[in-house]
Amino acid sequence: MTALSNLLVKTQAENRAALIGYLPAGFPTKEKCILAIKAMVTGGVDAIEIGYPYSDPVMDGPVIQAAAEQSLANGTSASDVFDILAATVALGVPAVIMTYWNPIERFGIEKFAAELAKRGGSGVITPDLTIEESATWRSACAKSDINSIYVVAPSTSDARLPKVVEACSGFVYAASLMGVTGTRGSVSGNASELVARIKSHTSTPVAVGLGVSNGAQAKEVAQYADGVIVGSAFIRKLQENDNFDRALEAITALAKELAIGVRR
Amino acid sequence: MSSATTPTLVEDFLGHFGPYGGRFVPEALISALDELTQAHESAKRDPEFQNQLAELHRTYTGRPSILTEAKRFAEHAGGARIFLKREDLNHTGSHKINNVLGQALLTKRMGKKRIIAETGAGQHGVASATAAALLGLECVVYMGEADTKRQALNVARMKLLGAQVIPVTQGSKTLKDAINEAMRDWVTNVATTHYLLGTVAGPHPFPTMVRDFHRVIGVEARAQMLEEFGRLPDAVLACVGGGSNAIGIFHPFIGDANVRLIGLEAGGSGIESGKHASTISGGSAGVLHGTRTYVLQDENGQTVESHSISAGLDYPGVGPEHAFLHDIGRAEYRSITDAQAMEAFSILCKSEGIIPAIETAHALAGAMIIGKELGPSGCLLINLSGRGDKDVATAAEYFKIEL
Repeated sequence: MTALSNLLVKTQAENRAALIGYLPAGFPTKEKCILAIKAMVTGGVDAIEIGYPYSDPVMDGPVIQAAAEQSLANGTSASDVFDILAATVALGVPAVIMTYWNPIERFGIEKFAAELAKRGGSGVITPDLTIEESATWRSACAKSDINSIYVVAPSTSDARLPKVVEACSGFVYAASLMGVTGTRGSVSGNASELVARIKSHTSTPVAVGLGVSNGAQAKEVAQYADGVIVGSAFIRKLQENDNFDRALEAITALAKELAIGVRR
Repeated sequence: MSSATTPTLVEDFLGHFGPYGGRFVPEALISALDELTQAHESAKRDPEFQNQLAELHRTYTGRPSILTEAKRFAEHAGGARIFLKREDLNHTGSHKINNVLGQALLTKRMGKKRIIAETGAGQHGVASATAAALLGLECVVYMGEADTKRQALNVARMKLLGAQVIPVTQGSKTLKDAINEAMRDWVTNVATTHYLLGTVAGPHPFPTMVRDFHRVIGVEARAQMLEEFGRLPDAVLACVGGGSNAIGIFHPFIGDANVRLIGLEAGGSGIESGKHASTISGGSAGVLHGTRTYVLQDENGQTVESHSISAGLDYPGVGPEHAFLHDIGRAEYRSITDAQAMEAFSILCKSEGIIPAIETAHALAGAMIIGKELGPSGCLLINLSGRGDKDVATAAEYFKIEL
């Protein structure tokens, strides 16, 4: 069992959803990224998803694109990403990496899984690795005893959905809407329906991402999901506040609001 | 693929060419890619669709395109016989229209009303806007902001044709980023929209489908060589960015073991300078824009910016079938620098009265090298993939001609 799986057992027992916060590694800088993660955890975030900044992030909206671009301009490398992962684990929360596929292939498939396990990480979310291409990666994850997490979309067909769900461990990532990452005025009505479709095939926990940015939305999603993923809303706090200390306060405040939300 | 397996020249049902190809895309796009694969497969076997496309090519594109023997240019290429497949004479001025008309008809077959496209030099964008106007589809073209400035004339052409042109300001502001932005649009609007990808890259079925729509180039050229000149060429040459014109002319010759297939990549200032777009000659295996192929990348798997005087070849990836043909040794890939391409550009203008696209000039420069290697008994077929009207400003600046 990974730390992530243990967390989800615990939050289910507490009859609440887990709050999962996302931040691109190395944004705004390596040191500040770790401080921002700490501010998220202080506010009540249960687990951290660390984004591996990538040059061609087709699944991401403008907020995460800009953050990733800044991180890459800082020269963020694979070893920086793993350092930030280890620093997160040291805060006592489960940590996963979310990355497009090419950086893993470049690093070495088995090597990436082994390094992640060695640094205390729980798993990896791979938003552009289709299950058809995932065999080698899944065996690498199994060998290193880490979770491999895939995204299910509203457009995933009934025939295909069980296959994607079966490939997931840790949790299933339900993309609440058809689109890229970013904050939205409301969480799509598709989300609850999609979670229900997933749950009819598996007992693996389901976390919902894309578009959640405030306590009310978190509460709404927590009614039917085991985890609520928030990314762009945290990043915006860092982009909006010139004063970094104030940004950290805003992050903690947002985390507190969301943490109340996920307690239904 | 086990080492005991004989490499197959046919892609598998998931669009793999050996270890290349496949699908590396957000899950949200899978249903649309499945729908497209199905539409393409059924259209391939539907005589009515095939007739409709052939009729459009005859009455609108201007197919078949002719073969021109370039006798005066041949003097600069070791005296080998040189034949030009004149895709520059197609409507809209390049081979791009072959694929665009095919995919636009498929769009209608799928009941979708909106197409989106990416463009670098603007040729694919213009062809897409043209097909959209002809078939009554809404058209949005994503173009890197840097390219909208380099190719202002093509932006105006697309607008005149009724398309909306969206400048892309992310990343390097070029073709690669235009593709990213088009994919984001597609993820969001996939129910109503077809992504009319312009090259043989991207997730399955694009590399296979786009190749199938361009095969007409090679099918015609092979028959013309046999009928008009009674022989097959010793080598077929084409420039390679994403590689659509090259795969179109190569593919029907793959079974002709004695015909060499030679792709010419953009060498920019030279591979050793690091400023180039020679993905096969100077890149490594990786994943970009939904497909596994050769990629220009750094040690962390980040895509590296490509460089070429030719906007249409300025791309850090390449079609997966080319990666495979390279690895199994069926096709050769060489790198041509900006300077070599511009020399060949100038020679073709003055020796044959044909202004080629700068992309195409890379293939012509390759012919000057291969022709000298083969000598006067050699026979080369070159895909003259596009005309150079769009490049007049770039060429004038390069040759210091005052406008």
